Amino acid sequence: MTEILSFHNVTFSYTPEDETARKAVQNVSFTVQQGEWIAIVGHNGSGKSTIAKLMNGLLYPAEGEVRVLRSALTEENLWDVRSKVGMVFQNPDNQFVGATVQDDVAFSLENNGVPYEEMVLRVKEALKQVKMDQFLNHEPHHLSGGQKQRVAIAGALAIHPQLLILDEATSMLDPQGRDEVLSTVQALREKIGLTVISITHDLEEAMLADRIIFMNDGKKYAEGTPSEIFALGEQLIEFGLDLPFAMKMTKLLQQQGVKLIGQHMTEEELVNDLWTSNFNK
Amino acid sequence: MDIKLQQVSYAYGKDTPFEKYALFDVDLTISHGSYQAIIGHTGSGKSTILQHFNGLLKPSTGEVHIGDRVIEAGKKAKELKPVRQKVGIVFQFPEHQLFEETVLKDIKFGPMNFGVSEEEAERRARELITLVGLPEEVLEKSPFDLSGGQMRRVAIAGVLAMQPEVIVLDEPTAGLDPRGQKEIMDMFYNLHKQQGLTTILVTHSMEDAARYADHIAIMHEGRCVLIGEPREIFADVETLAKYRLDPPRIVRFQQRVEKLIGEALPKVCLTEEELAIELAQVVKKERDQE
Repeated sequence: MTEILSFHNVTFSYTPEDETARKAVQNVSFTVQQGEWIAIVGHNGSGKSTIAKLMNGLLYPAEGEVRVLRSALTEENLWDVRSKVGMVFQNPDNQFVGATVQDDVAFSLENNGVPYEEMVLRVKEALKQVKMDQFLNHEPHHLSGGQKQRVAIAGALAIHPQLLILDEATSMLDPQGRDEVLSTVQALREKIGLTVISITHDLEEAMLADRIIFMNDGKKYAEGTPSEIFALGEQLIEFGLDLPFAMKMTKLLQQQGVKLIGQHMTEEELVNDLWTSNFNK
Repeated sequence: MDIKLQQVSYAYGKDTPFEKYALFDVDLTISHGSYQAIIGHTGSGKSTILQHFNGLLKPSTGEVHIGDRVIEAGKKAKELKPVRQKVGIVFQFPEHQLFEETVLKDIKFGPMNFGVSEEEAERRARELITLVGLPEEVLEKSPFDLSGGQMRRVAIAGVLAMQPEVIVLDEPTAGLDPRGQKEIMDMFYNLHKQQGLTTILVTHSMEDAARYADHIAIMHEGRCVLIGEPREIFADVETLAKYRLDPPRIVRFQQRVEKLIGEALPKVCLTEEELAIELAQVVKKERDQE
């Protein structure tokens, strides 16, 4: 396994002069391996977004170390690292610079000094990967939310990143836009084995990940597979999150006296159990 | 106070080469005390329509009735201040509009602008800060030292401080974590019930529309294409699909279960709680038959 990114006892405070103030991130460690999809979940103010900023040198840890592509992130290698890490942010309207879709995707390549011929190829390839190659000359502002985020992903992909970070990239989209973006990311993982870190408080989105890191009040509260994390049940609600739809439904049905065996993470499992435990006699 | 839109069309950049219609012939009546959801995709005209509710935009054709005020196309609308006091709009990301040194000053700003005395404005601020779920100490802090969720509550308190009769919410929970979303939505629902407010929720969340609204209007490409009660709107999956909308997850789940057990439930359930109760009934019947 190849390590892509890791945090080692990272602590960060926005008010370093005040030692008693709550730290935004406190003693957090985790490792992301190549090809993994990691979801970082937590309530507003749990430290998720600070972690995102620590990952690409928008912030530096007060204590501990952030390693990207096996070397510690420093001001010296910052630009090198950023050319290998693609990031997509929350608000699709705040991240466009180009007048057309293809200009926008080309922007990061220009910044990285990619030759023109190569640029043309990469822009087309990236837009094809997110199925937006029909929109080369469209104005970004006339696209739907989901389409805008797919263009933003293409912009990140064009630099051939080793890691894609989604910082609440679906939270402002309508349900269709959200599905578009998530299925795009899933397809990319399968096709090019992209490593993905998604920072989210949407547990349905987190369920797609291989592993979930669950943040609470700046600390890593738990880490595990989606089923391990969702087994925490009520604790998720206590810390500002929610349960996935199927688990919520299972609980409510059990409270109403409907017989069900165990907890269910997916609708499929729940429906099957509902049938075998109550109807299929 | 009823709000009535009659044959309202609106064009951005009217009479210029860039003229572009965003609304076409919209008829919509929102009766006093109702909870109206307006649903539609990005670009469906939701945000344009909402700015007609207190005269921020004037119709290009047609007329808008806000209580006994009428705003007509082609006529100058004077003295809109009373209308804007009565119809409070909570815009998307309202926290971006905070500007004062302290939370107290920020909440007081709106009502004082409408001629309310400073003492009264302060009294309202103290009352509202707890109502939106924040401790009173927050009043003395700078709004910019608060977390995003807290800032949003302060901004909402600022709108409520004008004591509007109608409150318009534009995606009020965008960007909040699930608990924050639920708290804010429950808070508006309680206000709606306790103070008899008319509430207009502009959203793309089918779940919120199903749970809270008693009337739904669906916008599509600048037209209001469907008006009705949640149960009838969400029962008609095919019509929704025509406008590229899915029914709420709970409704889709109910349909899946109905197919499985080969029996339709007596009603379209709008919340998980409702469906659990209905399903328990069916299971019980099944058991009794054995």
